[in-house]
Amino acid sequence: MLNIDSVEKGLVIDHIEAGKAMEIYKYLNLDKMDCSVAIIKNAKSKKMGKKDIIKVEDNINMDLKVLGFIDPTITINVIDNCSIIKKINLELPDEVENVVNCKNPRCITSIEQEITHKFKLTDKNNKVYRCVYCDTAYEQN
Amino acid sequence: MLKGRSLIEPMDLSIEELDEILDLADEIIKNPADYSEVCKGKILATLFYEPSTRTRLSFESAMLRLGGGIMGFSSAESSSAAKGESVADTIRTISCYADIAAMRHPKEGAPKVASLSTDMPVINAGDGGHQHPTQTLTDLLTIKSLKGRLKNFTIGLCGDLKFGRTVHSLIKALSRYENIRFILISPDELRVPEYIREEILVKNNIEFKEVERLESVMEELDVLYMTRVQKERFFNEADYVRLKDSYILNMEKLEKAKSDMIILHPLPRVNEISVEVDKDERACYFKQTKYGVYVRMALLMKLLGVEK
Ligand SMILES: [Zn+2]
Repeated sequence: MLNIDSVEKGLVIDHIEAGKAMEIYKYLNLDKMDCSVAIIKNAKSKKMGKKDIIKVEDNINMDLKVLGFIDPTITINVIDNCSIIKKINLELPDEVENVVNCKNPRCITSIEQEITHKFKLTDKNNKVYRCVYCDTAYEQN
Repeated sequence: MLKGRSLIEPMDLSIEELDEILDLADEIIKNPADYSEVCKGKILATLFYEPSTRTRLSFESAMLRLGGGIMGFSSAESSSAAKGESVADTIRTISCYADIAAMRHPKEGAPKVASLSTDMPVINAGDGGHQHPTQTLTDLLTIKSLKGRLKNFTIGLCGDLKFGRTVHSLIKALSRYENIRFILISPDELRVPEYIREEILVKNNIEFKEVERLESVMEELDVLYMTRVQKERFFNEADYVRLKDSYILNMEKLEKAKSDMIILHPLPRVNEISVEVDKDERACYFKQTKYGVYVRMALLMKLLGVEK
């Protein structure tokens, strides 16, 4: 049984922008995993007003790099024996693969489905990611 | 080391590598006979998913002048793409037949996909409106050969600066050389995209100005690069009709130009350079086509790793 309040061993993905939890659930492929997952939406937050939280039981070896691409202000606590053993600070990943698709209708990825959608960080300060094939910048939202 | 590499965009090449290619082209121009057999036994595949006779023949001429062989297709209908084969599968097959490939494709990034799927060098021969690196090499060789230098000059780029990929690539490439001043001549609607202005020119502290009228800056130019203003780039017919004549070069506009200015154009032209200008010795756009063959010869040699 997953306890919503405390996790014995697992991850607490905190400070998710309110309403974004399901998106992140999908990006992390949690729907395809066996582990218990709790999604808390619209939790009260001093810093953010409202926020979402995801708690993952038993699984601490997920590839979380993608979260830095989605929202680097998300915080992650790794829990073991009911206490925080590590805080993971997210950074902008240098590249992301098959997380988002290129929206340029003239891009080769628009006609060939098997190609890996790949974006590279080209401007760290302005958080600009460009498609490695056509150089189109990815527009978040 | 250029051997075995692909060329997808001009910025794949460092300035030293660019110079290496341009210097070899220079040697080839001086003694073409010395290079007529250096690619004997090598095959170039020209994979043209859309027709571009000029570019394809330039590549094929380059390989033939080096003593190599050529094969390929000149439209998607005559290739296996018509049967739905992916670019990756096509290039893997072609790499069994050829030593190097030049690919033209209507979709942006297709040559990049090809280069990631094979060890054979792939040259981007134009991918949609995206990149056309051998055009940029051609432009650089032409300027270097005719002006004797790739620094200390003022270049005017005139016409469609918004959608013109040759212009964007040329600005990027020239921005790495010393003391080059840019004058960008276009209707307000067709100015260079912001990322070229901000990420290339402003960021690198390069002197440039943007003007609407060619006549107003003619006397300042050492190089004038003309491009076509395509009708389909305009949102409506009225704008096209209003603006099209402002960007046509004729003898009257040329009167104020320096006597040693050179006029370039990626060709084909429609009417943006009047035929009367062809006779003027400043008209260098046909020479440019010839330099295109020489620079492709040098590029093929470098990527194949063959020497004299
Ligand atoms: Zn793309």
